[in-house]
Amino acid sequence: MKVGVLALQGDVREHVSALIACGVTPISVRRSAELDQIDALILPGGESTTIAQLSEVFGIYDQIKDRIVQGMPVYGSCAGMILLANEILDAKVGQKSFGGLDITVRRNAFGRQVDSFESDIAFDDGSADLIRAVFIRAPWVERVGDGVQVLAAVDKHPVAVRSQRLFATSFHPELTGDHRIHRYFIEEVARPALEKVK
Amino acid sequence: MTEVTGTARVKRGMAEMLKGGVIMDVVNADQAKIAEDAGAVAVMALERVPADIRAQGGVARMSDPDMIEKIQAAVSIPVMAKARIGHFVEAQVLQSLGVDYIDESEVLTPSDLENHIDKWDFTIPFVCGATNLGEALRRINEGAAMIRSKGEAGTGDVSNAMMHMRKIGGEIRRLSSMREDELYVAAKELQAPFALVKEVAETGKLPVVLFTAGGIATPADAALMMSMGADGVFIGSGIFKSGNPAQRAAACVKATTFWDDPKVVADASRGLGEAMVGINVADLPAPHRLSERGW
Repeated sequence: MKVGVLALQGDVREHVSALIACGVTPISVRRSAELDQIDALILPGGESTTIAQLSEVFGIYDQIKDRIVQGMPVYGSCAGMILLANEILDAKVGQKSFGGLDITVRRNAFGRQVDSFESDIAFDDGSADLIRAVFIRAPWVERVGDGVQVLAAVDKHPVAVRSQRLFATSFHPELTGDHRIHRYFIEEVARPALEKVK
Repeated sequence: MTEVTGTARVKRGMAEMLKGGVIMDVVNADQAKIAEDAGAVAVMALERVPADIRAQGGVARMSDPDMIEKIQAAVSIPVMAKARIGHFVEAQVLQSLGVDYIDESEVLTPSDLENHIDKWDFTIPFVCGATNLGEALRRINEGAAMIRSKGEAGTGDVSNAMMHMRKIGGEIRRLSSMREDELYVAAKELQAPFALVKEVAETGKLPVVLFTAGGIATPADAALMMSMGADGVFIGSGIFKSGNPAQRAAACVKATTFWDDPKVVADASRGLGEAMVGINVADLPAPHRLSERGW
């Protein structure tokens, strides 16, 4: 399985390291030809306005959107969650997302950097162990559509959601060295989806 | 569930999210919007860009809170602001305004000629300038969560930024090649804590994100800094002192993302109009060189 990390801006390196630790070959994706090679994609943390805009400027916005519609498994962390959401609140005027995940997300919902925090939270992958979650100017989910599962929440706000092959967290598992979230994406989200296609 | 704010991971992590991006100096809400629309990952709110500080002289201080709040209201991306070196009260004020990052900056007039701010005391992360590895590690030891190599701000002359990126990179490479028992003397020579020196020797990089700043005025300058190993760039006077700020800002963002592709940098460089006029660093009398402030 070839997993791409969208490498226009953000903490690409951390996601690449997490994928390597999970035994997957990562591909940094900035160009159309790189997008053609991958089976699944990670949208990293970063600045969602910048990433969306660069994807348009460099002509891969539509291609990513099409691949998502065609069934490519995608995981988005923080900015990546915003980029996967069908609807964004507190967006910059005209801010675009790739969409695909039927959620409404509020940008910077937990506040500015002074409110950024880490915490041990429950993640509903069948294990009772808590997971260390790092929230940086993080969004939360305000509405989930039909068929969207909530896998984790903070103060009743969903912070990890999944709809079939699309998965998103408002926190940054790539910063902790614990690869449980990446393994979940690879083994529980991407692999089953890709095997179904074969 | 206990939520902890202001941890080193949260502070350093914030800088990780800015990687591959351009942070732009802005002096009002309109400029901040232009920067955001151009794809800036953050803006630095300040009253005068370095070129004007240089031209007008006098003591340069923290910006007016009203002006910072107007910029915060105008954009959705992170807003940074500068405090004078050692001026922990300015930093407390900026933290109370909820700025996302504080730049303890040599571009402003230092308020303390010996001590920097104890940055561990704050919930808000700090970025600090450095001309060499020892200076970078001393700042990190004081709690800086991000480092920017210093250049000569407000000149449009990239040579100092280049020199300091080479210096920091070279000193890191030197540490990586040393035997462990030689690191004690290396720490003494760098005037930096042994634990940080050892960490750099082992990982081959700073423990925090390294941006570059000072004198960057063109897309090619931005790409040059990225190819020297910078994680991202600050552009101060270079954008809003140029002929067409919106276009130049977008061009610098593109060149920062595709720094390794000369064709993209070439396209980004086309038809930008006038760059900031610039001052050669060599023509600046030593007392007016900002990068020599701090220690």
